[in-house]
Amino acid sequence: MIRAQNLVKTFDTFTAVDDVSFEVAEGEIFAFLGPNGAGKTTTIRMLTTLLNPTSGSIELDGLNPVSNQNEARRRFGIVFQDPSLDGDLTAWENMEIHGVLYHVPHKARHQRIEALMKQFELWDRRKDQVKKFSGGMKRRLEIARGFLHTPKILFLDEPTLGLDPQSRNQLWTHVKKVNETEKTTVFLTTHYMDEADRVAHRVGVIDHGKLVAVGTPAELKEKTKTESLEEAFLALTGSSIRDESAGSADQMRQFAKMWSGGKR
Amino acid sequence: MSVIYILWLREMKRYLRSRVQIVASLGQPILYLIVLGFGLGPVFQRAGNGNYLQFVSPGVIGMTVLFSSIFSGLGLLWDRQFGFLKETLVAPVPRLQIMIGRTLGGATVAVVQGLLVTIVCVIAGFRPVHLATVPLALCFMLLIATVFAGLGVAVGSSLQDMQGFQLIMNFLVMPIYFLSGAMFPLSGQGWALKIATRIDPLSYGIDGMRSMLLGSSTFSPVTDIVVLACAGAVLLVVGAYRFSKIEI
Repeated sequence: MIRAQNLVKTFDTFTAVDDVSFEVAEGEIFAFLGPNGAGKTTTIRMLTTLLNPTSGSIELDGLNPVSNQNEARRRFGIVFQDPSLDGDLTAWENMEIHGVLYHVPHKARHQRIEALMKQFELWDRRKDQVKKFSGGMKRRLEIARGFLHTPKILFLDEPTLGLDPQSRNQLWTHVKKVNETEKTTVFLTTHYMDEADRVAHRVGVIDHGKLVAVGTPAELKEKTKTESLEEAFLALTGSSIRDESAGSADQMRQFAKMWSGGKR
Repeated sequence: MSVIYILWLREMKRYLRSRVQIVASLGQPILYLIVLGFGLGPVFQRAGNGNYLQFVSPGVIGMTVLFSSIFSGLGLLWDRQFGFLKETLVAPVPRLQIMIGRTLGGATVAVVQGLLVTIVCVIAGFRPVHLATVPLALCFMLLIATVFAGLGVAVGSSLQDMQGFQLIMNFLVMPIYFLSGAMFPLSGQGWALKIATRIDPLSYGIDGMRSMLLGSSTFSPVTDIVVLACAGAVLLVVGAYRFSKIEI
């Protein structure tokens, strides 16, 4: 369903993603793990047409997202790291706009909005403005929205960041359910290793822009001779603390700053 | 079409839900109208230029449409900050449609605001000279709204965050307003000011409204329409181009 081959992304002199290749099968839940600034978000941005790779190729459901952007976009849903809802609109209106943007026909759209909102336990609050929602409810709404146009792949970039354990648990239960019933492929990043261990079928570990390991959580534990995925992760990536500002957007901002003489 | 409509509808809903903002945004025009209309009125009259409230009302209406339409474009910055922009830009829709939907929404809101201020002007004592040409004044409001919604999108797409807002306010929006002849007749000034007022597209919008509402103007209504239409076309193209270059 997803195939990345020799993917490279460089920003000026900095290589954010360095020769990364992997495949994700249909219906699989794939967790992409890595320390801050390892290249996770840059990879997701390339997979979701927001950034063009410097070299290498991507295939989403047989399509090249670089040359066939809109067709590729219909086939996936994405939940960004930061919220992307309109707080002044109601939950239902947020869903409705998404449905129109993704060309879901009127009748099917309304049926699906109702089904998803019921499934994600948001139906009672459909007429409330989103700004009145809790963090967990907003996230659930975003994920429900991501499933609205029946995508073949759903990208989740740190969907559980800042949520309490109850909300996280509930959220993954919902995601797993849709993954099982609709065979949606899920590509996620997270910092919570216990989640990756529990939810993901397979895990890829990226560090300094390079893919250092791919396999089931059990395989990685076996390979590193550790008890938990967290220990396996530390064994693979080392335990030194990373510079937090090495994300791709920050990188670009740094260069912009350099060029504009720090005026930005 | 449905994409443009739903984004237009979103702007309408947001506008109608922000009642406090609607009232707040009427505060400034009313202040201008009352302070200038009644404060400068006697001086204006003594100089032999007639009733200042009559003269300044089209200016205040134009100002409302200007502010409202530029701010709708700058609303992009809010959407960027609160993330909704990403949701629209990653959708399988041409960006041009997204930009058109937003801009039409912003322009509609600006015209509605202009109409509200028109009502306030009438309450304050403003009387159009010819009722028959009032609908044409509405067309000028629409043109002004389109021109500056285009400018707003162009500027909003080029800024990264709200920090540039004050800069835009002081070096773009206020000069456009003050140089437009909204508050003074466009005649008898020195050459430098004369050139500046002729470059400002809003001059032609307010001049057009004056010719429709008061029957007197500096330029001909045809000139006004042509200049506004050209400025609108250029700014919308620039706005669409800048919008297509937004990185998220």
